Amino acid sequence: MKLLRIGIFAALIGVSGAIAQARDSIVVGLQLEPPHLDPTSAAAGAIDQVLYANVFEGLTRFGPDGSVNPGLAESWTISESGTEYTFKLRTGVTFHDGTEFDAKDVKFTLDRARDETSQNAQKGLFEGIEAVEVSGPLEVKVTLQAPEGNFLFNMAWGDAVIVAPESIGDIKQKPIGTGAFRFKDWVQGDRIELERNPEYWGEPARLESAVFRFISDPTAAFAAVMAEDVNAFPAYPAPENLPQFEADPRFQVLVGSTEGETILAINNKMEPFDDIRVRRAVAHAIDRKAVIDGAMFGLGTPIGTHFAPHHPDYTDLTALSQYDPALAIQLLAEAGFEGGFTTTLKLPPPSYARRGGEIIAAQLRAVGIETEITNLEWAQWLEEVFRGKNFGLTIVSHTEPFDIGIYARPDYYFQYDSVKFQAVMTELNTEQDPAKRSEWLAAAQRVISDDYVNGYLFQLAAITVADARLRGLWQDAPTQATDLTGVYWEP
Amino acid sequence: MLGYAMRRLLSLILSLLVASVVIFLALEVVPGDPAAYMLGLNAQEDTLAALRAELGLEGSKTSRYLSWVTGMLSGDFGTSYTYRTPVAGMIADRLWVSLPLAIYALALSILIGFPAGIWAASRRGTVVDAGVMGITQLGIAVPNFWFAILMVFVFAINLRWFSAGGFAGWDAGVLPALKSLTLPAVALALPQASILARIMRSSLLDTLTEDYVRTARAKGLSRAQAIRRHALGNALIPILTIIGLQFSFLLAGAIIIEKVFFLPGLGLLIFQSISARDLIVVESVVMLLVFAVIAVNFAVDLAYAWVDPRLRGRR
Amino acid sequence: MKGNLVIGLALTALFATAALLSFVWVPYDVAAIDVAAKMQSPSTAHLLGTDHLGRDILSMLMTGARTSIAVALVAVGIGMGLGVPLGLAAAARRGGWLDELIMRANDLVFAFPSLLIAIMITAVFGAGAVNAILAIGIFNIPVFARLARGAALPLWQREFILAARVAGKGPARISAEHILPNITNLLIVQGTIQFSLGILAEAGLSYVGLGAQPPLPSWGRMLADSQTMTAIAPHMAIFPGMAILLMVLGLNLLGDGLRDALDPRLRRRVT
Repeated sequence: MKLLRIGIFAALIGVSGAIAQARDSIVVGLQLEPPHLDPTSAAAGAIDQVLYANVFEGLTRFGPDGSVNPGLAESWTISESGTEYTFKLRTGVTFHDGTEFDAKDVKFTLDRARDETSQNAQKGLFEGIEAVEVSGPLEVKVTLQAPEGNFLFNMAWGDAVIVAPESIGDIKQKPIGTGAFRFKDWVQGDRIELERNPEYWGEPARLESAVFRFISDPTAAFAAVMAEDVNAFPAYPAPENLPQFEADPRFQVLVGSTEGETILAINNKMEPFDDIRVRRAVAHAIDRKAVIDGAMFGLGTPIGTHFAPHHPDYTDLTALSQYDPALAIQLLAEAGFEGGFTTTLKLPPPSYARRGGEIIAAQLRAVGIETEITNLEWAQWLEEVFRGKNFGLTIVSHTEPFDIGIYARPDYYFQYDSVKFQAVMTELNTEQDPAKRSEWLAAAQRVISDDYVNGYLFQLAAITVADARLRGLWQDAPTQATDLTGVYWEP
Repeated sequence: MLGYAMRRLLSLILSLLVASVVIFLALEVVPGDPAAYMLGLNAQEDTLAALRAELGLEGSKTSRYLSWVTGMLSGDFGTSYTYRTPVAGMIADRLWVSLPLAIYALALSILIGFPAGIWAASRRGTVVDAGVMGITQLGIAVPNFWFAILMVFVFAINLRWFSAGGFAGWDAGVLPALKSLTLPAVALALPQASILARIMRSSLLDTLTEDYVRTARAKGLSRAQAIRRHALGNALIPILTIIGLQFSFLLAGAIIIEKVFFLPGLGLLIFQSISARDLIVVESVVMLLVFAVIAVNFAVDLAYAWVDPRLRGRR
Repeated sequence: MKGNLVIGLALTALFATAALLSFVWVPYDVAAIDVAAKMQSPSTAHLLGTDHLGRDILSMLMTGARTSIAVALVAVGIGMGLGVPLGLAAAARRGGWLDELIMRANDLVFAFPSLLIAIMITAVFGAGAVNAILAIGIFNIPVFARLARGAALPLWQREFILAARVAGKGPARISAEHILPNITNLLIVQGTIQFSLGILAEAGLSYVGLGAQPPLPSWGRMLADSQTMTAIAPHMAIFPGMAILLMVLGLNLLGDGLRDALDPRLRRRVT
């Protein structure tokens, strides 16, 4: 009886202490679980977080600094006119199911994304393609309708990775790519397991296996890292914990940049925001430092326009919307709102929005603008704010890289309609000369900043907390990805 | 008896039918489009339409209701909008976490609650009684998600006896799997054990005032002996009813605890499905839980009627 | 067991007073945000410290008590207001189709997992205090209906009811004039218990973000906000947790004490 009791006790308590880590595997914590595993038919960043670069590869690929490098295309040539791209593909590449990779797979992938029945969430990336031709077993010619400065960049997105017709049927459950890791198992709601691909065409991964665990709750994420249940947590959701991790020799904290411009989006068509003086008043009422300190615990670079500060063409325009509540009150009075007004502030789930929303509400109240806060789930936010355009103000981080082009779409949810800006974008899109492109980019940033389209808050920081002995993790997050191909344990 | 059983069966079927209509209609009016959720900010109209058609979201309400209900009757719960796998399989996977967790928590609450209640009853009016009752009052009043977080800080982060959450999986072996369910089970069991202890105590005290127990006491049995030999058996009947109720509560009520410990159980599935507007999963899981409770009630009623014929006319 | 009643009353009174006081006075404005003063430990300036946005926790707890009490109280009101008449009607028509209908409907509501329904209601109508009240209130209806029916059934066999029937009073009048007064004690005791469960439920809903929305403070959301900071600013998690615990404890003790004081059968047993 006593023995039994001890047995039960041991079973309940378990062996205490951590089991020594095997040196060739890693457990990565992620907040969101992918809904399915086809990066070419859903917007969910969670799919790319697990599969981009690890399992799937595109013609080109993003490097850790956001540069566009050769991927499955070894090299390419661009015609004089800028409309014909000839890609030379790598030799000896096979998919994880053993089938050969060749030009036909590329044509299949690009045609599938452009098709009428395409479910590609970024179908716009492929819209400029006029034709895809197989010009040799390992050569593909892509013809564009017009020159497109961003084409190679677009082909590096997770939505443009190469898939094969042989394995497309089951791709949502069993992804078959060409990457350095292959898919092993998915326990829904819990984890996805990858293992090293021994047949990889390039330099093989240094890790034997990788497990992605899904931990949505920020407290649970903190606990899981602290208890060393996970070895790395990219896009770590609770910046308030970083001082603790930094002080603990077991961990390293990587803070880098993302493509996420976090903005207080304003409904430009709704009264009274259709008056530029009101939008300008909102911009001057916001104290970015307090928002960054309060919502992100100091992490994040202030921005004055919709452009990533680490980009070489970034222009610092924060001075145009400096914190100046007195000026804000004066502007409101000029616009006829001496007594202020009331509007809605709709907040999606991330903590930058929820916490930032409470701070901004208090700052706006100080100049006379009352806000009714509503916390929304993403599905509701998409329906009410993004599609329904039923909002006054909202806070959201635009995480797509290089997305200033959304300001040229008058039907986009903040409803900014400027002929001047649209003209600038048309010039930019057809310009091939790098120096001229830079000029147009600067002009574009300036126009939306001058028009006070939105309240520009800060560039979201990329926060990764990891075991101190891990090497090769990306510091910046130029795209949503957890590239494990170069990750290893310090010997 | 047979007539009674038939009547109850009929009302069971009617209840399930009403429940299915209520659930379906409730979810019909939920705002939010699963296709828009899947495809995100840059989705184009034609892409959305293509996806909606594939998910079967375009049909009329009646036809979708009918295909859902008839599908369920043949064991086909449909295909999840987001995961694109059969819902039945997803539910089965999640039950392998939620069911053991509920059983574990219930077992813990019985193991703690019964002895505590008996102890308090047999020492009624003493410090022991007051102490046990005081602790159970606290146990009921503590918000269990708060208690869960405190346990994580103590046992997972500081002492590192347990992992902070997650489920090891039954493949990893029974002990690691049970170990990963231990903290959540304790958090769930705390209020339930307190309730059981209190009911056990008062139910025992009730039976102690019955004549036959008084006779036994008069014959010289101590209170503790009287409890053990006579009162306990009778006190168990109301308690079993409560345990039945607790079980169904534990199965569905662990949502918040599953969130705290990121356990891939039914509760977390529902939470995720609601936010992704994967309504077919929500519908099916809720229907399943409702069915379980109604079926258990049905069985309990029949069992009571079998034992006590007087009840047949009444309910 | 007089102690129960006294402690219960004292705790309940404490929170009720704090909630009432918050209408006219709180130490600091709960909507005012001062990021520079964030996460301060308790001090003479801020008796219970400040939260992650520099708000005074004592003030937030006082205002939050208002939310908790209001939500739970109205939810109990809904449960009693609808449940008791239903239960009385069922008892008056015991064995009839109305009784059967009411009781089966009761079973049906009971069969729905309550927290799930609450989550669904907020998914349909949006999160907010009013919808939290609805979600909690619906599940109070069958509790009171069952209780009222169960308590009323034996009364219908009693002589004073027979006398009233002979006097020509209809079932509705008898229920209102003779049955209801006789089950009031029971309802008060159950009401207290449901009240405390309502406080817990509201905290749970707010904790997962489905209760009262900011800037209105709520205990559950304070807990949720503080979770990731428990290690660096423990006071942020401990005080709201203690508030919920003490409030629920107080109401439970009050309920127990009331039962002992109001139910003569139990009182006899205690001696």
